[in-house]
Amino acid sequence: MPSDLVHLYMRIDHLPQMWCPGCGNGVIMRDVAQAIDELINDPDERFTREDFVIVSGIGCSSRAAGYLDFNSIHTTHGRAIAFATGIKLANPKLHVIVLTGDGDCSAIGGNHLIHAARRNVGLTVIVFNNDIYGMTGGQYSPTTPTGDLATTAPYGNLDRPFDIAQLAAGAGASFTARGDVFHARETTEIIKQAICHHGFSLVDVYSVCPTYYGRKNKKGDAVEMLKWQQANLIPGARFETMSQEDRQGKKPIGVLTHNDYPEYTDEYLKLIDACRKKGRK
Amino acid sequence: MIEDTWCKGCGICAAFCPRQVLEIHHGKVRAVAPEKCVSCGMCELRCPDYAIYLVNLEE
Repeated sequence: MPSDLVHLYMRIDHLPQMWCPGCGNGVIMRDVAQAIDELINDPDERFTREDFVIVSGIGCSSRAAGYLDFNSIHTTHGRAIAFATGIKLANPKLHVIVLTGDGDCSAIGGNHLIHAARRNVGLTVIVFNNDIYGMTGGQYSPTTPTGDLATTAPYGNLDRPFDIAQLAAGAGASFTARGDVFHARETTEIIKQAICHHGFSLVDVYSVCPTYYGRKNKKGDAVEMLKWQQANLIPGARFETMSQEDRQGKKPIGVLTHNDYPEYTDEYLKLIDACRKKGRK
Repeated sequence: MIEDTWCKGCGICAAFCPRQVLEIHHGKVRAVAPEKCVSCGMCELRCPDYAIYLVNLEE
């Protein structure tokens, strides 16, 4: 018998999940379930379980749509945001959450990501960012740091990495944030804010892949990788108080951008209304 | 509670337990000093496999 949270929101007959020992994805999936649970049980919010839809693409991260027991769909590689846009436009009252990976959303689905952000479609995108393509054997992804090793970069990666949260913000996303596996409680709070945001929201959650990225780059096991996150990913409020010298090599987590832009499905319905009124005259 | 069949022995719970309650033996977690547990829930929060969690024994 698993814990109440797991029993309530996950498909128990599909567990234990197929992720490797120490993979951060399980913690991020739990954060998502915890965030939804807290929103459903918050008397000030009007969320019901039936209003949530989980959409995923392809990759290690995208297996999460199979484990989470909601209305869920596991779609094609890179196209999760496109499917999610269709679901949101067909039924705008739904809270559509896209669970995707760094490769799925910023390489194969890069175009869908930037245009959904630009249009401000009311989706919540949670990126399970493990710096590598795990499922296919450790090829470098758009977020693999320069110089790091991957099966397709045996002498070091030449590319400069994407910062997915900044990429989305640059494309016009109205809410962008960063989280990580170590700071699970903070990340759950950020995911809650992203779900409550009216418009396109993206949370870039740094995962850990001890099997491919960690082992290839001698970053240690899952415990060592989480200790690295503890030391180098700093909650925003604390990061603000740090000196420039102390900030070297560290990154803040928390909300990066938060703007109120017109939401796409609202504007779409307004346009339909306006056209109907015009047609009646 | 430990769900033995779900534990993959990654060692995260044992490493982040502030009271050294947990250890990994033969690839599975064991509560070697349950009397030291203060129910902080760090193990449950960090276990990627949902294999360890707190229960209220009085209920």
